[in-house]
Order: sequence, then structure tokens, then C-alpha cells
Amino acid sequence: MVRDGSVGSPAGPTGAPPAGTAPRGRLTRRQHAQLRRLAVYAVTLAFAGYLVVSIDWPELQGAFFDPGIFQEQFPEILTIAARNTLIFTFFAFTGGLAIGLVLALMRLSSIGPYRWFAIVYIEIFRGIPALVTLIAVGYVLPIALGVRIPGEYGPGAVGLSVVAGAYMAETIRAGIEAVPKGQMEAARSLGMGRGLAMATIIIPQAFRIVIPPLTNELVLLVKDTSLLFVLGTTTQTEELTKFARDAAGESFNGTPLIAAACVYLLITIPLTYLARRLERQAGRAR
Amino acid sequence: MSVPAIEIVSLHKRFGRLEVLRGIDLAVAQGEVVCVIGPSGSGKSTLLRCVNRLEEPTSGRILIEGEDICDPDCDLDRVRTRIGMVFQQFNLFPHLDVLGNLTVAQRRVLRRSRADAEAKARRVLERVGLLDKIDEYPARLSGGQQQRVAIARALAMDPDMMLFDEATSALDPELVGEVLAVMRDLAEEGMTMMVVTHEMGFAERVADRVVFMDDGVVVEQGPPARVLRHPTHERTRRFLTLVEER
Repeated sequence: MVRDGSVGSPAGPTGAPPAGTAPRGRLTRRQHAQLRRLAVYAVTLAFAGYLVVSIDWPELQGAFFDPGIFQEQFPEILTIAARNTLIFTFFAFTGGLAIGLVLALMRLSSIGPYRWFAIVYIEIFRGIPALVTLIAVGYVLPIALGVRIPGEYGPGAVGLSVVAGAYMAETIRAGIEAVPKGQMEAARSLGMGRGLAMATIIIPQAFRIVIPPLTNELVLLVKDTSLLFVLGTTTQTEELTKFARDAAGESFNGTPLIAAACVYLLITIPLTYLARRLERQAGRAR
Repeated sequence: MSVPAIEIVSLHKRFGRLEVLRGIDLAVAQGEVVCVIGPSGSGKSTLLRCVNRLEEPTSGRILIEGEDICDPDCDLDRVRTRIGMVFQQFNLFPHLDVLGNLTVAQRRVLRRSRADAEAKARRVLERVGLLDKIDEYPARLSGGQQQRVAIARALAMDPDMMLFDEATSALDPELVGEVLAVMRDLAEEGMTMMVVTHEMGFAERVADRVVFMDDGVVVEQGPPARVLRHPTHERTRRFLTLVEER
């Protein structure tokens, strides 16, 4: 957009004005864009320069990038911590998917109580922090109802499933609603009942639509496993963040946290990349 | 005289305050081909969709081979297997290949064996001239081919009658002919058909009876030559003039 009046000095940063240029003292559209880009580069460079100069590098390296301590984290950070993170993620995703599918169908049901239950569930567990839900599953449930979820991974996996289910329900519902109405009509006109039509015609198509957003859901779940420390995992079931916090506490050094961050990225970046690819494929399919 | 394939008795349908069907009485005999014509918004598609209760009638009765499908005790899913339906937008199942489209309801609804269902699928595909497309996915077919597959999918259920809801309206002009040819073959083989269409040529050549609808009522009906050539009602005349000018 070219504004009225001159922007910047007449002797602008650009050389000879291109052909068909505006009168002297005004910038052409292209010059204006160039100037703005230059300004962004300048600010970025200045900020980077400020960081380089003002950060106490030796201090930082000592506190967070100690090569010896970094090496000490291996192989346990992979064989125990990352493994547990992935195990929790797997159970939570599978459980969340099952809960999410049931909730999505209830949400779309013509039977009032089903719909109300789904709405209340979804609003509650999307509305309160995942940390609170985990505490509720781990501590409130056993005291209030005497329900103690068995298994070393049980409480954590169930807690995360409960939260993931609420988010996935909305994603899956959107997917089901995105399937054209004519699909249900065609299925019903062939004599299929509502349930059969859902199972064989609608849901398979809905899942194709929701695979990309569900992959994003998976990335969020990987990171949410870091909240499991509140459930007091044992050394055999501790996940990345718990592992790194303990190691940082023992060594009075932040390096284990950096190591854990690297491992998280090792997991999440390929997943994000996969999600983007699936999204592109889904975009092409129709 | 045998019982009519379809009998519609004083059918009313309203969407909110809009009354789309205002008392329709119509019967389609077994083996008869009835074409329903009329301006858009006249209620002809709604009428057709009421016949297999994709649209819930507000009042009135619909009898399929004598069975009242609005009766709460009626097993609607079973009745629907006897009524083939072809949609304007084809509505093939995009996640299944052609064979899958043709066998899923045979297997899951009619409980046919895989071998029986596949043999049937081949026979009906042969009939619509698309046996070579049996492994394709719908997205890879032209509109005309998709609609022929959709007809084959309905035929695979061995229906007693077929409903066509503007089956050629979504097609490119050069693809209309292949679909109409399949429909004409069906009619000649004695299939009971109720066809909502804008193809006056098809109606004239193939229909046993043409029904002209306007504003939610049947204005006039009769043999195609009479209704299309010598309409008695002013509204029919006006509609036909507009269609011819196109």
C-alpha cells in the first residue's frame, strides 16, 4: 500500500529509481516494501548482537551446557525416560481416541442425556488444567470413591486419556460433520441402519479428515506427559521431565533439562513434520 | 389388478412455515415409468425423497407394495432395500472402490456371501457398461461413470423399483446421454421407475406417464404425448414454453 506523502528521506537506501517511478520525494510501492524488509533485518541483527554481547557465555555454558553432565544422561535418558514418555503417550492417545470417538457420537446423538453428558464432559476437561485432572485421577479418586487405578502406568495413562478424550471428541465430531450429508442418505437408502452407516461409511471418511489434526493432538500429548510428575512416578516409570528434574537436582546443574529438551524435539519435530505432510495429502485428496 | 408399487395418499410436507407439498395423491403401478417434471421449488424432489422416507412426511400415507412405511411398526431399513435411489450428486462412497461401493450393502444388509455379492456386482456393472472400472475409486471416474456406478450400486440390491432424483442435473452436457441410455434400458426391461427430471426428451420417449407439479401440487398428469404436447393447464404450458426456449 502506498501512502500519501513521503516516507523516509528522499535519498533513500535504494540506488537508481526503477523505470516508471513515482515523483521525487515519494517511494514507489516496491521501494517501500524493500525499506520495510531492511528495517526487519536491521532490528533482528541488532537483537542478535545484543544477545551475543550481553550474555555471560562461560557462566551459561557451565550452568546448562556442561558436556560431561550431558553425556552422563545417556543412555538412561533414552532407555528409561524417553521410553516411558512414549509409553504414556501411546496409552493416552489410544485411550483418548476411544473416549473421544464415544463422546463425539454421544455429542451427535439425538438422545438428550447422551448429548448433555458429552457436552459437560468436554467442557469440564477442556476447561480445567490437565494438571488438575491428573491430581484428581491420582489422589481425589482413590480417596473419594476408593478407586485406585492399577498398574505402574495406569493412573498417568488414564489421567491423560481423560483429558485427551475431551479434545479429540471435538476434533472427531468436526470430522464426522464434515462428511457430506449425502453419504448418510445414500447409505440409509441402501437399507443400512444408522449405526451400520456410521460404522462403515461415515466414520472411515471422518477419520481420514481428522488424521492431520489428531497428529497435532499427539504432539500435544507428548508434551503433556511432562505433567505426570505430580503422580509421583517411580524411577522405572519416570518420564523425560521428571528424569531431567531429578538429574538437575542431583548435579546442581541445568544441563539435564537441556538434554531432555533435545530429546523432546527429537520426538516432536518428526511428528509435526508428519502432520504437515498428512495435511498436504488430505488437501490434495479432494 | 395387482397392488401399486408406490401409492401416495394426501401427502403433506412442511419445512417450518413453508408448505412444500400440499396434498399429493399419486400411484405408480408395477412396471410403470413415471416422470415428474416441474419448475424448481415445485416440491418434486421432496416428493421423491418422501417415498423412501429420507424426508419425513408431515401427514399423509405412503404405501410401498401395499405396506404403509409411515407405520411405526414398519421395518424401514428392509423396505428401503426394495427401493433403489439415485441422487443428483451420485453420493458414491469415496473411501471404497467401485467393487466396495457395490458390495458393502449387499454384504452388511442383505447378508450375502462375498462370492455372491461380487458376482452380483460384476453382473450389474456389466449392465451399465463399466465392468472394467471395478477396481477404480470414484474420484478417478467421470461424472457420467460415477452416476452409472451409482445406478449399479442400487441395482445390486435387486430392488423392485428405482427412484431417480435429477440424476443427470449435475453432469456435463456431453455426459448426460450415457446415463439416460442406462435409464432407458432399465425402463425397457420393465423396472418400475419414478424419475424426477428436467430432460423433456427422455420423459417423452421413455415415460408411460408424465406428472407435472407446481407449487406443491400435481397440476396435471397423463401420457407424455398429451401432457408435453397438448397440456390442458396454463401453468404447464408456461413451464414447457420456458423449457423449450432454453
